[in-house]
Amino acid sequence: METKKTSLFNLHQKYGAKFVEFAGYQMPIQYKDGIIQEHKFTRSNSGIFDVSHMGQLFIFGDDNLIEDLENIFPIDLKKLNLNQSKYSFLMNKEGGIYDDLIITKIQKGYLIILNAACKNQDYKIIEEKLEKKYVMNLDESLSLIAIQGPDAKNVLEKIIPNSNKLRFMNGNKFYFKETEIYITRSGYTGEDGFEISIKNEKVEKFVELLIENGSKLIGLGARDTLRLEAGLCLYGNDIDQKTSPIEANLKWAISKSRIEDSYPGSSIIKNQIEKGVKKLRVGIKPKTRVIARGDTKIFNEESKEIGKITSGTFGPSVDCSIAMGYVDNIYSSLNTKIFLEIRGKKIPASICNLPFYKKNYAKGGTNV
Amino acid sequence: MPKEEQMSEVKFSKEHEWIKLDGNIAIVGITQHATEMLGDIVFVELPDVGSSVEKDGNAGVVESTKAASDIYTPVSGEVIENNQSIVDDPSKVNSDPESEAWFFKLKIKDSSEMDSLMNREEYEKFSKESNS
Repeated sequence: METKKTSLFNLHQKYGAKFVEFAGYQMPIQYKDGIIQEHKFTRSNSGIFDVSHMGQLFIFGDDNLIEDLENIFPIDLKKLNLNQSKYSFLMNKEGGIYDDLIITKIQKGYLIILNAACKNQDYKIIEEKLEKKYVMNLDESLSLIAIQGPDAKNVLEKIIPNSNKLRFMNGNKFYFKETEIYITRSGYTGEDGFEISIKNEKVEKFVELLIENGSKLIGLGARDTLRLEAGLCLYGNDIDQKTSPIEANLKWAISKSRIEDSYPGSSIIKNQIEKGVKKLRVGIKPKTRVIARGDTKIFNEESKEIGKITSGTFGPSVDCSIAMGYVDNIYSSLNTKIFLEIRGKKIPASICNLPFYKKNYAKGGTNV
Repeated sequence: MPKEEQMSEVKFSKEHEWIKLDGNIAIVGITQHATEMLGDIVFVELPDVGSSVEKDGNAGVVESTKAASDIYTPVSGEVIENNQSIVDDPSKVNSDPESEAWFFKLKIKDSSEMDSLMNREEYEKFSKESNS
């Protein structure tokens, strides 16, 4: 299969991007400044991320659509107000995760943001479950841009007046040069920020304006270190079809009012909530600067294997090695001493709280 | 740029290490070109002082935000010193790889092992070709 390019490919090149193939797309892993500088710039100023490879799935329908979607997603969609967003999962019948996603109520339907590597399969699963009763569009004519960091609200406000009035996990329609765009206040860095859905032919101009106003393009490399510091899961690493939201310590994303209901995997989820889980996702800090990458084996003090790392990197803002992974639940409590097997050596580490980096999400809607 | 007489002493390996010989003591590090390929270096592991290393054998690890890479020694010898300052601050390897951020010093066994290594001109040609 030929690799695809996003509408910002030329702009990425202009800013010196190094490209990698990711989920069938040529994506920028970093620009000239490098991952650490890009990471720090996002935390201190603001960074722009091209996430156009992600799926933007629109589903339109009447009141029956709410019922039918509740049979798919473990959230209370009746309580989801117009323009409000929620984090959720597409799950298999064993309670494993096909994909994690953000679902937003829009006029006459829903917008669901899907992971790039999963979006085509997700479409098929959702289409089949909805029995083709509704209009569905995985819209390739739209790009998706994130702007993240403490300055994001000021930079975006200069181009899109009143965008700063959005509350966290809420969206709305705005206009950019007479074209409708959709902005939500959300992100994947642990910072305040926005995601902007915009026509492919307008996105380059839009991003150039963000850059002129002081923001910088940031690659997937820094996106990974930022999300890991923020304790957020990467689908395919930290969650997959063999992990449930409960094991992933994401119980908060399952609506309490839906626990007794039926959705894919619901009986397993209910059982795990009531009886507990065998393994749990935890934060892990190695005692040295060594990086504990995915698949690193975890041992207890008696050298018994108790789990595996799923993501690990160097955290530029916390200035230490950080990781997360799954351990047998009995070893999941805070400060438990563990050992990581790295290149044949046992490296001491401990279970720690997530996130590694304290979040700076916007609390109110008018905090100018 | 290093002085003319120092330049002639610095040799390079295909694994992108540089080595500078002074009598029977060699200083080893990684090249500027290597650091550019690796990206931001965040972790360095060095061979222990007193350990013996064999030509082209493993002699440490560097990790960037992206991946871990083994360090090889261009010649055999006994490690007599390692540079703890790059263990404490790995970013030094990015800022000054061919001088301050040396990796280790060796008492070499056989100076003829240097013969197979490249001079700067040959290395620059090699790294350009291996890059494309």
